[in-house]
This record gives sequence, C-alpha cells and structure tokens, in this order.
Amino acid sequence: MADEVKLYGARGSPFVCRVKIALNMKGIKYENFEEDIFNKSADLLKYNPVHKKIPVLVHNGNPISESLVILEYIDDVWKGVPILPQHSYERSVARFWAKFLDEKCIPALKDVGSNGDEKVVAKACEQLQILENELKVKGTKFFGGDNINLIDIAAVFIAYWLAIREEAAGIKFFTEDKFPKLTKWADDFVNCQVVKDTLPPRERTLAFYNKMFGKINGV
Amino acid sequence: MVEELVFVNFWSSPFGCRVKIALEEKGIPYDYKEEDLFNKTSFLSEINPVYNKVPVLVHNGKSICESLNIIEYIDEAWSDRSPSFLPSDPYQRSQARFWADFIDKELYEASKKIYRCKGEEQESGKKELLRILKLVEGELGNKPFFGGDNLGFVDISLIPFYSRFYTWETFGKFSIEEECPNLMAWAKRCSQKESVAKSLVDPIKIYDFIFYLNKYLTK
Repeated sequence: MADEVKLYGARGSPFVCRVKIALNMKGIKYENFEEDIFNKSADLLKYNPVHKKIPVLVHNGNPISESLVILEYIDDVWKGVPILPQHSYERSVARFWAKFLDEKCIPALKDVGSNGDEKVVAKACEQLQILENELKVKGTKFFGGDNINLIDIAAVFIAYWLAIREEAAGIKFFTEDKFPKLTKWADDFVNCQVVKDTLPPRERTLAFYNKMFGKINGV
Repeated sequence: MVEELVFVNFWSSPFGCRVKIALEEKGIPYDYKEEDLFNKTSFLSEINPVYNKVPVLVHNGKSICESLNIIEYIDEAWSDRSPSFLPSDPYQRSQARFWADFIDKELYEASKKIYRCKGEEQESGKKELLRILKLVEGELGNKPFFGGDNLGFVDISLIPFYSRFYTWETFGKFSIEEECPNLMAWAKRCSQKESVAKSLVDPIKIYDFIFYLNKYLTK
C-alpha cells in the first residue's frame, strides 16, 4: 500500500519549515495543504483539536502535531538519512538543544521589538551566545557534525527568519563579529540542498515583519 | 564497567519525581544528591550550565537535563530492563510524546496561577487547569493507564502532580474528584504501584512548602 503523507502548514512558518526539511532529508513525497491561520480549515481543527495549530502531519490518516514530535516520528518511521543520532546520550543532547531553542532561545529572540529595549536585546544575545559556545566547543560545521541533525533543523528560525526580522525591526544584534560561528552556521545551513526550497521568499517574509512592526514599505 | 549514576534533585520538584519513578520502575541503582534550591551549589551549575535547574541525571560523568528528556534517556540506555516507557509502535510513540509535551508546557504554568494569584487571574488559572485535566482525562479514556496495562511515558509525566492536587483544591476551592473522576481513579491506581508510592511527596508537605514559599515571595 502506498504511503499517504499530508502536511498542513503555512509557507511562512519556521515550525512548518522544520517538518519540510525533515521530509526532504528522507525523500518523502507529501501533499501540502496551505492553511490560512486566520481562517483555519475544518481538517486542521479535526486533526489538531488540542492546539488548533500548524504544522500537522497526517500519515495514512493518523495525525501528528507539534513540530519536534513530528520530527521524531519521521525519524522513527522512515530510515535513510538520520535526523537524530544513534547513541542514547547523543540523542539526549540533541533533544535538549531542540527544547532549549523552543523554550528559551527563540522566545527571547522574538521578544526583541522595534523599540530596541537594551535588556531584551541583551537577553536575546545571551541565548545566541550559548549556541555560539556550543558550536565553538564542537568545532564542527553543523550542530549535527558534518551533516545537519535535529538541532540544526530546530534552529531554522535563527538561520533564516532572524535576520529578516531584525531588518524590519531596525535592530541588529545577530552579527558576524559577535557570533562568528553561528552566523557561518546560518549561511551554511540555508544553503543545504534539503533546506533551500523549504524557505519562503525573502520579500514576503520582510513584508510580513514590516506589517507586524507597524511599518509600511519598510518605513 | 561499574556504572556511576547520580540523580540530582530537590524534594518538592514534580519534575524530579518523574525521574525517580522512572529509575524505580526499571530497578536501576543510583546515588541521590539533594540540591537546596535556595542555595544552589556550583556543582549544579557545572552539570546544568544552561538552566542551573534540577532534575539532572549524571551517568558516568555525562549529564542529562530536562525531566522528559531524562526519562527517554533512561528508557533507551536501559532498554534491556523492563518495562519500556514508550510504546514500540511509532504512531503510539508520537502520541505519548505529544501528551507528555502538552502536560509539560501547560499544566505547571496554569497551576501556579491558582496558588500565586488572586481574583480574576486565579480564576483564569483554575479554568485553564481544569481544561487541561479534562483533555488529559479524555485521552486516558477507559484504559487503566495512559501506557495501557502498565505505567508509560505519559503516566510518569503526570502522576507527580497528584501530590499537588490538595494544594490546587485548597487554594482554588474546587474538587478534582468531582470535576475529573476518571483521572482521580487513575491517580489512585498509579499510587498503588511501588515505584510511585516510593516517589510521591506527601501532599500536606507540598501544601505547607507552597504556602510558606508564597509568603516568602510576596514579602
């Protein structure tokens, strides 16, 4: 029986992007359903009644929600290029960093508004410094080593969305001189074959952030 | 090789209690180290530099942080010991991870509003808590445990909060038995298990601790 894989998402979402990268890594063919988050489909509400959010992966009629849960599911079901390491300790390290991104790092980055509150920016830099140090200690191209893994995928917001958000907010803190390893990582990551075609167009993302910061035409 | 396992915790932590239950369920011997959360040692900041929090499991000198991450690690590193906490079926595994993640993200935060706040905020905390408990009760259905016939990942994630029912009910002036009778029956069933009975903290001790902590925090 052929596998039926559906992804309910939105092109602009970094969380949906995580799932698309994972599906690309495994070479999985899927049907994409583009959701309007202001007018959610009946299907989305049926498949994710608890959170009513994207992304949702539906595999042979079975729905899975929450991007990191979906990534683990994809790795469990489809062999081939691994998303998580093999060894139990390395797996716990990968899970730890993925959770750190979701619970501490990304929220701190999203707290930075166009008012450029110094304390808020300092907190955001603190989180990025933790990741910078981790890459320094590892001494590898990616958090996953020579190849990307769960941590790299989970950090896609930093690799792509962050710089665009900074441009719209007019506050720049994710710089090469402050974070040489992490900025290089971001560059290498967005240029990976499996990542490139999952990213939304830059202009559209910038327009979204401009609107969010109450700016028209970047002013 | 002689295994060296140190479990670092603070007695009242429901997250630490999860780890204790997991270790007891698998019958894994360990050394226990109590951290005073009001006077944290430099040892804690060495083994958990990112969060400086308990619980931490240190296995042959390597630290694993974040309670759900620790439980998955225990399940994988001691996969030769029964029981398994996560199901073998990938879809069932994804559902267990989803619900544990849901409990992790929402329950503790909602519960804090009940005993730290008054008036409208307390009411909204109560409403939120009951919404979460009812959703979780729905997921349990007619099963004796979330894990089926035995304690599983979701059971271990949730049961430590049974020690806090008395606190929530007393501060919030409601009855969990009345609102969620099936969940209450599940909690009582769980506490018959030796690993749980050994690990749950006395509810009165928790109430007193929270009561005095509130006074200390509002000084």
